[in-house]
Amino acid sequence: MSNEPIILIVDDESAIRRLLRVTLERASYRVKEAATGREALDRVASDAPALVLLDLGLPDRDGLELIPLIRKQSRAAIVIVSARDATDEKVAALDLGAADYVTKPFDTEELLARVRAALRNRLIADGGQSVVTAGSLRIDLADHRVVRNGMEVHLTPKEFIALAELARFPGRVVTHQQLLRTIWANDYERHVEYLRVLIRSLRQKVEPDPARPSLIVNELGIGYRLLNTAG
Amino acid sequence: MTAGNTDRPDPDALLRIAAREGRGRLKVFLGAAPGVGKTFEMLSEGAARRRNGADVVIGVVETHGRIETEALTRGYEVVPRTEIEWHGRSLPEMDLDAILARRPGLVLVDELAHSNAPGSRHPKRYQDVEELIVAGIDVYSTINIQHLESLNDVVASFTRVRVRETVPDRVLEAAEIEIVDIPPDELIERLKDGKVYIPDEASRALGHFFSKSNLSALRELALRRAAQAVDAQMLDYVRSHALAGTWAGSERVVVAVSEQPGVETLVRTAKRIADALHAPWTGVHIETPRSRSFGEAEQLRLAATLNLVTQLGGMVATMPATSVVEGLKHYAADARATQLVVGKSARSRWFEFRHGSVVDQLIRETPGLAVHVLPLERYAAPPRRWRGTVDRRDLGRTYSAIGLMIAAVTALGTELFHILALANVALLYLLPVMVAATRFGLWPGVVAGLASSAAYNFFFLPPVYSFTVSNPENLVTLLVLLGVGVVTSSLASRAKVQADLAGSSARQNAAIAGFARLLTAATNVDELAQAICAELTRLFDVRSVLLLPSPSGPVLAAANPPEDRLATIELAAAQWSLDKGLPAGRGSDTLTASDWLFHPLTSAGRRLAVIGIARDDGTGPVRSDQLPLLMSLVDQGVLVLERLQLESEMRELSQLKDRDRLRAALLSSVSHDLRTPLTSILGGLAEMRREAPSALLDGVETEARRLQRFVANLLDMARVEAGALTLHVEATDLTDAIASAVHDTRQSLEGHDLRLDVAPDLPMVRVDPQLFHHCLLNLLDNAGRYGDAGTPITVAARRTPDRLTLSILDEGGGIAVGREQEIFETFRRIEGSDRAKAGTGLGLAIVKGFAEAMGLTVDAANRSDRPGARFNIHFPERLLVRDIGEGSM
Repeated sequence: MSNEPIILIVDDESAIRRLLRVTLERASYRVKEAATGREALDRVASDAPALVLLDLGLPDRDGLELIPLIRKQSRAAIVIVSARDATDEKVAALDLGAADYVTKPFDTEELLARVRAALRNRLIADGGQSVVTAGSLRIDLADHRVVRNGMEVHLTPKEFIALAELARFPGRVVTHQQLLRTIWANDYERHVEYLRVLIRSLRQKVEPDPARPSLIVNELGIGYRLLNTAG
Repeated sequence: MTAGNTDRPDPDALLRIAAREGRGRLKVFLGAAPGVGKTFEMLSEGAARRRNGADVVIGVVETHGRIETEALTRGYEVVPRTEIEWHGRSLPEMDLDAILARRPGLVLVDELAHSNAPGSRHPKRYQDVEELIVAGIDVYSTINIQHLESLNDVVASFTRVRVRETVPDRVLEAAEIEIVDIPPDELIERLKDGKVYIPDEASRALGHFFSKSNLSALRELALRRAAQAVDAQMLDYVRSHALAGTWAGSERVVVAVSEQPGVETLVRTAKRIADALHAPWTGVHIETPRSRSFGEAEQLRLAATLNLVTQLGGMVATMPATSVVEGLKHYAADARATQLVVGKSARSRWFEFRHGSVVDQLIRETPGLAVHVLPLERYAAPPRRWRGTVDRRDLGRTYSAIGLMIAAVTALGTELFHILALANVALLYLLPVMVAATRFGLWPGVVAGLASSAAYNFFFLPPVYSFTVSNPENLVTLLVLLGVGVVTSSLASRAKVQADLAGSSARQNAAIAGFARLLTAATNVDELAQAICAELTRLFDVRSVLLLPSPSGPVLAAANPPEDRLATIELAAAQWSLDKGLPAGRGSDTLTASDWLFHPLTSAGRRLAVIGIARDDGTGPVRSDQLPLLMSLVDQGVLVLERLQLESEMRELSQLKDRDRLRAALLSSVSHDLRTPLTSILGGLAEMRREAPSALLDGVETEARRLQRFVANLLDMARVEAGALTLHVEATDLTDAIASAVHDTRQSLEGHDLRLDVAPDLPMVRVDPQLFHHCLLNLLDNAGRYGDAGTPITVAARRTPDRLTLSILDEGGGIAVGREQEIFETFRRIEGSDRAKAGTGLGLAIVKGFAEAMGLTVDAANRSDRPGARFNIHFPERLLVRDIGEGSM
C-alpha cells in the first residue's frame, strides 16, 4: 500500500473530490486533496505526489497558471480535469506541460486509463523503454522496426516517426503541433491536413480495420493517442 | 477655398502610412505638466522592450537626481553625450552621430522640446529625433503638453508661463502617443514632497503654474490631444482600408468653372476623367474682379454649374485672384492637381492678340500639369457695368466731389499763378486725379484726369479761356497730365480691387475657420447638429435645420430657431435629398415649391445627414455667390460628422464585443455549474453499479445520461440562437469524426449493430471538428432512439460530382410524411411516431444550426429500401480537401 503512487486531487467541488477519491482508492492509489491553487502548491511541496489531477476552474487562480508552478517544484505528471470543452484551453494546458486531460462528465474507467498512462509515461521518461506494443503491433523504437502479427510492416520514414512519437507516450494524447514539429522538423508550420493524410496512410498499414481505428485514435481538435498499449 | 483641405479624405492618408514603412517609429510619452512621471514611464517601457529582446539604448535621459528614475536607468546601455564648445563653455548634448553609428533598435530620447546648444547639427532636439526615425531607428521620447506649438498660446493664456521651446504639431501627428497621467492633487502632493524638478525659468511662476485649476486644464488639453491623435490615425486607417479603391491614386482632377454657358460639358468631362483615374476632383471658380459685375443670369448659371459639380460627386472651391490664370495656377498647386480641365471659347484673333490666350499661358506656367482643353461656344461677355466699386447712388456724389476738387485746385492755381511757373500749376492738377483714382477707382480717375487737363487748358494755357493750345510744349504738359491720370487711376484701382478681394476671401476663410473650430469642439452628433445650425443661421441669416436619416425617414436633430419644425412636404423634400444625395427644394432642380433648400451631407456614398435652410421672407435661401461658402461649410460638417459617427460605431462595436464576451462567460459558467453535479452523479452511479449491480441503478444511470445530453443540447442551442458560434475550421477525416462520435454515443447505441460504409479514400472535409462532432452525436443518438431495438444503424458516405453526402440510416417508424423539414425546428417532435420515446426535440435543431454555421446542409427522408429514416449531411465541393502534396509523406 505504502508503495503505491500518491495522487493529488485539485478541485474546489467537494463532490468531485469525493468521487475521484473513491475511484482512485479503488484502483489502490494513495490520494491527497486540495481545494485551491495555493493549497495545491503546498501539497505538491509536502506530499510529493506522482500525479496531479487538476481542475482548471479554481476559485483563487486559473488552473493554467498553476501548471508551470507545479512543474517547477515537482516532477509530478499533471492530468487536467475540466468542465470546459474549449479545445484551445486543453491545447494550452498540454503546451504548458500537462500530460493529458479528461473532460467532465468523465467515464471513471477512462479516467483511470489516463492516470495509468500518465504515470507510465513518467516511468518511461525515467528509465526509457525501447519496445512498445499496441494491440497486435510491436514497435521497436531503437531498431526502427514495426511488426504486426509477426509480420514486418513497411512504413515510410515519416510514418515511422509519427508512430514512434505516439509510442513514446503510450495511451497519452500527443498534440498536432507536437507531431508536426517532430515529423517535419523546422518546417512544422504545416497544416493539420498533412498530418491527417499521413495518419490515414499509417492506419491503412497498422490498423486491423482502418475504417474503425482502434490503435491510433483521434482527439477532437487536439491530437492523436495510441491505445491498447503495454510496456 | 482651400481651408480644411488638410483634413479632407485624401491619398495622403495612404502616403503617410506608406511613408512609415522602413522608417523608425516614434512613440511620445505626453504629460500635462512636469513631474507626472513621463521619463519614468518611458524607462519602464524601454526596459520591457529590452526584456523582450529589443536592442534598446539611452540617447539622453534627464533623471534630475530622482532616485527611482535613476534606478530604472541601470542596466541600460547609455550612448555618451558629446560636448559642444560654446563661448568657452562646454555644453553636453545628445550624440546624434554616435547613436546613428550604434544603430540600436530603439533609442530613448528624453525631452523632445529641448533646444540644442548653438553649434549642434540641428537647433532642436526633435529634428535630431526626425533624423533617427528616417534612419530606421525607433525612438521613445517625452514632452509636456505646453510645448506643443499649437497649444503654446492657449497654455500661456491661463498659466502665464510661456515656454520658448516648442515642437511642431506634425511631429506628434506622426507619432504614437501614450499619455502619462496622474490626478492634479497627486501631482501637487509630489511637488510638495520635492519630487518634481522645476526648470529655472518656471520657478518664478511656480505657485501659479501648479494650481489645481491649471493642472486640470493642462490635463484636459493633454488627454484631448491624445484622443485627437488616435482619431486621426483611425481615420487614416479607415480611409486607407475602406476606401482604398477611391483614394488609391495620387491623381487629382481640377476643372475650371466659369459663368459661361456650356461649362457643364467641362464638368462632365472632368468627372469622366476623374472616374477613369479613380481620383477625387474639384470644380474651382476663380473669382476675378470681373466676377463682381456678373448679372443675375450669369450668377445663376455659375451657381447651377457649381451645383452640378456637387451632384456629380465633385468638390467645389472658389479662389479669389486677379486673373483666371493666376487663380488656376495657384489653386492647382495648392490642391496638388495633376489634371486640369479648362474651356477655350472661340474668340477673335484680335481678342487673343490683346489679352493673350488663357490656355497658352496656363500651359506655359503650369509645367507638370496635364491640361485638357475643350472648346466652348462663342460667348460674348455682356458689357461691363462699372458699378463695381462705386454704387450707382454714390455716382453723383463721386463726380461732384471730383468737380469740387478741380474747382478748388483751379482757384488755388489762380491765386498762386502769380508766384508759380505755369508747369507747377499743372502739378497741382495731379492732386484731384490721384485722389479720385485711389478713392473712387479707375473710371472716376480717368474722368478726373480729363477734367483736370481740360480745366488747366481752359484756365491757364494761353490762349486763356479757350480749349485751344498755342504752344506745343504746353501740349506735352497736357498729355502728361492726362497720362498720369490714367496710369495712376489704373494702378490705384487695381490695388483697391485686390484689397477688396483679399478682404472678402479673408472674411470667408475666417468664417470657415471659425466654423471648423466650433464643429471640432462638438463631442457628439447632437452638439454638432446644433453647432452647424447655429453657424448657418449666423453666417447666412437664415432659418436652419439638420436632419439625420432613420428607418422611418429623416429625423430632426437640431433647428435654429430651436422651435422650428418641418411640414410634411418639407420632410418629403428632405427625404428625397437624403435618398438621392442631391439638393432639393427652393433654389434646386427638384421640389422647388418647398420654402426650404435641403442639402445632403454625404461621404464616400454614405448619406450622413441633410441640412435645410430657409429665409423668413420666403425668398431664395442662399444667394448664388454664397453657394461656394455654403458648400465649404457643408464639407466641413461632413468631415466632423463622419468622424463622430465612426467614433460611435467603434464604441458600439466594442460594446457588442463586450456583450459577446459576457454571453460566452455566462455559457461557460452555466456549463460548468451543470456539468459538475452531473459528473459526480454519473461517476457515483458507475461506482455503485460496480459494487452492487441492480436494474434500478441502470435505470437511474440512463436517466442521468439523458439529462446530460439534454444539458449539453440546451447549451449548444443557446450558442446557436445567440449567434455566438465561433468556427475553428480544420481539415477533418470523416473516419476520425465518426469514430469519436460513435465512442461518445456508445450508451445510446447499445443494442444496435453499427455498420460503416465509408470508403477510406474519401476527401477530407473542412469543418469545425467540435461542432461537427455535436452534429454526429445528435444524429447517432436520434438513430439509436428511434431505430427499433436490435436493428442495425448504418453510416454511409457517398461522393457525387458536386458534393459529398454523409447519411445515417435507421430502421424504425421513420418520419411522418410531409414533416421532413419540420423535424429540424426547435422543440418539434414528430407526432405519433415518437410519443413513447424520450427526447427534447432540440437535438435535430442543433444539427441544423451547427451544420448551417459551417456551410453544410442537412435533410431527412424516409428510406426507400425499408422502413426507417435517413438523415443526410451534404458537404459542398468547396468544403472538400483535395490534392494534398503526398510527395512530402
